[in-house]
Amino acid sequence: MAERVGIYVCHCGSNIAGMVDVEEVAKWAGVAIPDVVVARDYKFMCSSLGQQMIEEDIKKEKLTRVVVAACSPHLHEKTFRRACQNAGLNPFLCQMTNLREHCSWVSTDRLAATAKAKALVYAAAERVKRQQPLEPMPVKVNPTTLVVGGGIAGIQATLELADAGYKVYLVERSPSIGGHMAQFDKTFPTLDCSACILTPKMSEVGQHENVTLLTYSELEEVSGSVGNFQVKIRKKARHVDYDKCTGCGICIEKCPRKVIDHEFEAGLGYRKAIYTPFPQAVPRIPVIDTESCIWFTRGKCQACSKLCPTQAIDYDQQDETIEIEVGNIIVSTGWNLFDCTKLPQYGYGRLANVYTNMEFERLCNAAGPTNGKILMRDGKTEPDSVAIIHCVGSRDSRHNEGCSAVCCMAALKFGHLVLEKTKAKVYSFYIDMRPNQKAYEEFYQRLLEEGMIFVRGKVAEVTDAARQPSEEGKLIVQAEDTLLGKQQRYPVDMVILMGAMEPQADAKELGLKCGISCSMAGWYTERHPKLDPVATMTDGLFVAGVCQGPKDIPASVAQGAAAAARVMGMITKGTVMIEPIVASIDEEECSGCRICNNLCPFNAIEYDEEKGVSRVVTALCKGCGTCVAACPAGAITGAHFNNQQIMAEIRGALWDAAPEAKEEPAAV
Amino acid sequence: MSKAKPKLALYWAASCGGCEIAVLAVNEKILDVAAAFDIVFWPVAVDAKVRDVEKMPDGSIDVCLFNGGIRTSEQEYMAQLLRRKSKALVAFGSCAHEGCIPGLANLNNREEIFNTVYKEGSATQPENPKNLRPLPETEVAEGTLHLPVFYDTLKTLNQTVAVDYYLPGCPPEAENILAAVTAIIEGKLPPPGSVIGKNTTVCDECPRKRNEKKIKKFHRTWEIIPDEETCLLEQGLLCCGIATRAGCGALCPAVNSPCIGCHGPNDGVLDFGARMMSALSSVIDSEDPEEINRIIQEGIPDPVGSFYRFSLAASQLRRKHRPANEKSATTK
Amino acid sequence: MSDTVFEPKILGFLCNWCSYRAADLAGIARIKYPANIRIIRVMCSGRVDPTFVLSAFAQGADGVMVAGCHPGECHYVDQNYKAMRRYAMLKQMLAQMGLEDNRLRLVWASAAEGQQLAEAIEKLVADVRELGPLNWPKSWEENGHRLEAIQNIAREHAEAMEVPQ
Repeated sequence: MAERVGIYVCHCGSNIAGMVDVEEVAKWAGVAIPDVVVARDYKFMCSSLGQQMIEEDIKKEKLTRVVVAACSPHLHEKTFRRACQNAGLNPFLCQMTNLREHCSWVSTDRLAATAKAKALVYAAAERVKRQQPLEPMPVKVNPTTLVVGGGIAGIQATLELADAGYKVYLVERSPSIGGHMAQFDKTFPTLDCSACILTPKMSEVGQHENVTLLTYSELEEVSGSVGNFQVKIRKKARHVDYDKCTGCGICIEKCPRKVIDHEFEAGLGYRKAIYTPFPQAVPRIPVIDTESCIWFTRGKCQACSKLCPTQAIDYDQQDETIEIEVGNIIVSTGWNLFDCTKLPQYGYGRLANVYTNMEFERLCNAAGPTNGKILMRDGKTEPDSVAIIHCVGSRDSRHNEGCSAVCCMAALKFGHLVLEKTKAKVYSFYIDMRPNQKAYEEFYQRLLEEGMIFVRGKVAEVTDAARQPSEEGKLIVQAEDTLLGKQQRYPVDMVILMGAMEPQADAKELGLKCGISCSMAGWYTERHPKLDPVATMTDGLFVAGVCQGPKDIPASVAQGAAAAARVMGMITKGTVMIEPIVASIDEEECSGCRICNNLCPFNAIEYDEEKGVSRVVTALCKGCGTCVAACPAGAITGAHFNNQQIMAEIRGALWDAAPEAKEEPAAV
Repeated sequence: MSKAKPKLALYWAASCGGCEIAVLAVNEKILDVAAAFDIVFWPVAVDAKVRDVEKMPDGSIDVCLFNGGIRTSEQEYMAQLLRRKSKALVAFGSCAHEGCIPGLANLNNREEIFNTVYKEGSATQPENPKNLRPLPETEVAEGTLHLPVFYDTLKTLNQTVAVDYYLPGCPPEAENILAAVTAIIEGKLPPPGSVIGKNTTVCDECPRKRNEKKIKKFHRTWEIIPDEETCLLEQGLLCCGIATRAGCGALCPAVNSPCIGCHGPNDGVLDFGARMMSALSSVIDSEDPEEINRIIQEGIPDPVGSFYRFSLAASQLRRKHRPANEKSATTK
Repeated sequence: MSDTVFEPKILGFLCNWCSYRAADLAGIARIKYPANIRIIRVMCSGRVDPTFVLSAFAQGADGVMVAGCHPGECHYVDQNYKAMRRYAMLKQMLAQMGLEDNRLRLVWASAAEGQQLAEAIEKLVADVRELGPLNWPKSWEENGHRLEAIQNIAREHAEAMEVPQ
């Protein structure tokens, strides 16, 4: 039976009608396109009257298919699908074609735009006739959530969920939660003590009845899909029994092996071979660094084991993989500092008194290696002058094109701390000053008043090669002051490089495990940059904090809370509807060639060794259609985007092309 | 001769003749065929003339097995004639079905083909000082003699006339011919328009071990001696078995040679070469555009020959593009 | 027909997440480009089957654009790399079939790159306009002598003498 198609061409006021002869398009469609039984134009199709018109036509004219030629489906597809559903027509039997964004708004010639509109309508009509009714599938949501990454964003998300009464697993790869924020001394612009505001939250996480904290653990594998993920987590061997240890710290005190702490102390301080990263660590259970431990490297010592009052030391402990089930996952894996040695002209690693921003954070931290005194590498001398260089490895097409967002404010904070703690002069070498949040500009003004010296210009070089006696023994910062238009040399004692925020080195790998894509810069891609900033393309997976893009603490906290709110929405609703736009394999036609087997980034295709066929796990399929296009046997079908539908759309879009193509067989 | 015996015709158009041999390769069963049918027209084996066919009433032949593509006006005439006279017209073998090797000449036009065949110093014609060419018309005392016109483009049978069934293969395998003929005798044919054969691809019949695929380099057949156990494609050989309709029993892979695709595509597939290209490029193991280009250019220097060996004439594009200003070769 | 300007018909296969949204953005920003492109939405550039591209040319399209998210930015993680590889394969095959390089183009455009997409469309339209009509189906035509030749055969057969019994 032929389909009965209704075509609805929207004027959108004058937005479409101003450039496209919509009345002509509707009139033409009613005559020229096969199976069209109604074709109307209307001022605003999306208005309730417009929708009502479609609904009435579906009932009265017994329409089996509907084409709405209006604006982008990203705007109103849901509207018209709902209208169809109200009239008893399956929503997937409605097709929108985009006459506004893709035709009237971008065109300058009314005739050409009208011709294009006709082709678009023809294409949609040919396609819609081949569309099939589809039903979304309901799936129950497991109320337990996994949070990956225990920095401030992850901590916030965890607490929001746990306080709301839901179970949370928080996985952190290092021995303690806290993230970068735990390393800071002060936070801008309020100059709150970072530890003072963070540690209460950390211990809350550690003690919360709804939180299962898995530190020193890594995410191994994610399978399943929204509502029901199965996750494998590897708990790395701490060599300290989690249940027996009381966190008394005797083992750390007595450990004879001291090593440079490249993580928490950024290489400026020491820790023991058995350690917690910092005194307020959560949990307070230490780990043994087996690469440094004398027992592990030389088979001697065992001081910790001998002195532990609860016999918690376990040298034989092995990595353990656990499996958990969760309904949603929040990824908040943070960032890495740019490797400043990649810019050798700034001398980091070669010139002793060139510091990175993270080193300086430790240097001025009261709990840091110098007890908060700003001293040079010799550990004694206070600098007389300090240069802070902005945008090191950021806003730099050779390294990170983007702005790291926090360094301007961090540099101002450093400036303030230097001015407060020493008598040094402080220079800031900036490209643009970007104090663009609440109270940030005020903080900048405060630093101007406090006497920090601002030089607008990118630093060419930091060198110890003196040209004048006054430069002897100094670090000379060579920069163009672009406001003066002059090259200048600034001899200073200490240089701080504001290194860029970079994605974690394994961000892409983790993204692949979970099904989150990365931007070119390596940050996780949100579902919509404005309207859906913490969701991702994979349902049930959310991102929060810097792993999604450089941001400061307030923004990270906001995102952590936002992600938690999204998860709570899912849990409260209890079920999710899974989009029916998925692939499926006809097992009769599948020859088991296995071409499709590793094409799916969501691991939705599995191979049945016994039957010799491949199969799509519907719940995992995101409907991209890549396997459909790849199947050499044509055995895979992509619902709502199948070959017949797209080929019909192509045919319709080219309805007016090369009509002489048809060659009749010669009659004898 | 019993009136109840169905009438059978066989014809040979632009093909190598292998299909004719294939019919005989059913061995002694050919006698059953002969006994079951009244063979009314089979130029290669039976003495009957075209005009005998012309005189038959329309639709009087029950089944016509037509092999070969349409390369000349005479072949087109015969196709039309046999279409009119037959109840069921079967495109028999790859040439009628998809154009086959003769269809690869669609990468050239008539002039280029004639140059290859007749021009002095060409591969097939070391001496032809007068540059003699076949003439479509010759005047003799009795009037004008016509040679069939040689076309620029080889067409498949269904691009010329309506076809009821397709029997794939180059040539169709004896057991498949027998099965098809038996089905005809027993009236158990699939719905008209069908390809008589399986609806899956050669991998289904291939016993080799298959894994997930990632290909870093394509090899030509003479470059490597493939391992006999594992999938030939995984070893970098352009095995068309993934996209080729099953039914042959994976004959070529069985002798350690990649499938070349003679059975054509699976049901519902419009373009065999497109399927091969899409599948293979999907599993190339590189994300670097330059490396991807290198892998393709070094490994597949002749994509049309590799992916459209049998199906160029039946593909969506059918032939190499002829610019509007190209002189039509059939112009006198 | 010679007095009318050649208006190429170009088909664009745009992915739902980046390039289709880029086209939406071009519209919202009222960026102008020629009306010659007709856009077909697919979920991902990885869905673009070479069959679609060949089909477009076989049905008279003068040019085809395939557009997706930037490599590494695919909403389906890395499926646009498959599009990239298929495009490379298709290009090589189409060159052998006599298609001019400028008639088929792969474009990366993020959802924010309305301007860039509009420019790419404009460039493709201009390039195809310069190449002139493709009209692939015309390549299949034999000239009028074909009909004449077939009729000659029928006539000669009719005129030929019957062989005496």
